[in-house]
Amino acid sequence: MTAVAVPAIRTRRPGVGAVYRWELRKLLAQKRTFIGLGAAFAVPLIFVIGLLTSDGGPEELPFSAFVRDTGFAVPLVALAFGAFWLLPLLTALVAGDIVATEDQNGTLKTILTRSVERWHVFAGKVLAALTYTVAVLAIYVAVALVAGGLFWGFDPLTTLSGTQIGPGRALLLTGLGTLAYLLPMSAMAAIGILLSTLTRNSAAAVVGTLMVSIFLQIIDAISALNALDPYLLSTQFNAWQGILREPTDWDPIVRSAWVCALYALPALGWALTRFLRRDVAGG
Amino acid sequence: MDALPIEARGLVKRYGEITAVDHVDLTVGAGDVYGYLGPNGAGKTTSLRMLLGLIRPDEGSARLFGRDPQLEGARALDGVAGFVEAPRFYPYLSGRRNLELVAALDGDGAERRIGEALDTVDLADRAKDKVGGYSHGMRQRLGIAGALLRAPRLLLLDEPTTGLDPAGMRDMRALIRRLADQGITVLLSSHLMGEVEELCDRVAIVGSGRVLYEGALDELIAGAAGRYELRTTDDVYAMEIATRYGEVSESGGALVFRGDAQAAAELSVALGVAGVGITALVPQHATLEELFFRMTEGPALNGGRPLEEVAR
Repeated sequence: MTAVAVPAIRTRRPGVGAVYRWELRKLLAQKRTFIGLGAAFAVPLIFVIGLLTSDGGPEELPFSAFVRDTGFAVPLVALAFGAFWLLPLLTALVAGDIVATEDQNGTLKTILTRSVERWHVFAGKVLAALTYTVAVLAIYVAVALVAGGLFWGFDPLTTLSGTQIGPGRALLLTGLGTLAYLLPMSAMAAIGILLSTLTRNSAAAVVGTLMVSIFLQIIDAISALNALDPYLLSTQFNAWQGILREPTDWDPIVRSAWVCALYALPALGWALTRFLRRDVAGG
Repeated sequence: MDALPIEARGLVKRYGEITAVDHVDLTVGAGDVYGYLGPNGAGKTTSLRMLLGLIRPDEGSARLFGRDPQLEGARALDGVAGFVEAPRFYPYLSGRRNLELVAALDGDGAERRIGEALDTVDLADRAKDKVGGYSHGMRQRLGIAGALLRAPRLLLLDEPTTGLDPAGMRDMRALIRRLADQGITVLLSSHLMGEVEELCDRVAIVGSGRVLYEGALDELIAGAAGRYELRTTDDVYAMEIATRYGEVSESGGALVFRGDAQAAAELSVALGVAGVGITALVPQHATLEELFFRMTEGPALNGGRPLEEVAR
């Protein structure tokens, strides 16, 4: 039995960047990703077709009264109804899958016996899930905006304060509102990643994330619990409306930023701790 | 700094009431082709998972080239490659894409070795096909290719021939032999005695999570020699005589005499002088298989039987 010179520890090592790039490539090779992105593309189109083929329309939603007046109102109404379950579901579709699927397929052990640390793998996955979430929301809003504009023109928009704004400003505020909407979407993604890590079961994590979203909306709807509303994640899906006021109402945006962080950061911290310490068995 | 490729001390892994790995020590030297032999469920895979840092030992520690994966993470795997259970890949990506993915997570020019690795495992012409359509044997070979991308000095292979057809097994063993000849230290878990006998120079035999024997394979087999089957015209008298020259017992209608060649020669003369006819005096060569079953199925499982006795 002989000892040998130890193989040198390499100084240049792959890290989060390498994991992230390959997580994106994996997402682009999976049907699930395209089901999510495809739904983000199709739902606004179906909404527009619905508006064209009937006189009815969404009621009691922000901007629903102007939905046939200007194309700018279409993505804003779509954001409002997307919050109920569509966008949380599309987010969960990938976030809930991204760790669990590798557990189920046994590929986690494949990537955890290479030269990247566990936290690199975790961070790469979080970034990839967030990238997908951004893509879903961007496609959703862009398709609604373009389709709405094609049929009803890019006419001035009536803000939630009743003022009229021109197309340039309407476009800017739609963009900013979408960014504000990204906060609760990202928090949903973080919850999805947590459930994905804990359950090790893709379907359970996707459904679980959606159930969390719906559960929070139920609390939202119970008037006896109204005191909780400002701190519910579901409420933050309305914060973007502050952007569409004149003057801009920053309060809901600021609150959304820290409330969403209060959901997302502990969820990611918990998931990371589990991911770092857990036994990778099975598969 | 010099260090052994594998040095595991007192590894313990429990799952609830069950102790899957029970104070396992493993010492693998440079250039060894080390057989980790045991029946299914003996804790081989669990041990390998601990060596690769995939699971945490409840007690004890493992070092690869002196580095503990629990303390040093992926750095402890520099120069080390392998897989536990069947190698797993992304079914929706091609074989080459899968290798590109793991190479990207290796860095260090691993990508440049893809072509060579595919050639080595004879998968170059199927590299463009999705892994989802690969046979078990092809995935197994892709697993080896994936390990070779790391230019390993130590390879950990978990039952690499399991599920392969005879030709696939032969090719896989030839490949392991070739890699070992290149100076790569190999730890090979297996429940196939022939495979271990063919490939390995050192073995650890495990049963129920415990190491029952660890050492050189030829010493193990040599230590088990010195058994003769003895058939005579008068077994009762023969047994009485044989006790003077060695140990004797009865087994399945024949006598089993334990002693060296000199003792056997003296016994045959003594039997002749005593008028007992010898119909057979046949040396028994214990195979690894016999030793294995004696160790893993005998009372040694309960820890009651000393190893020296088992080896005889």
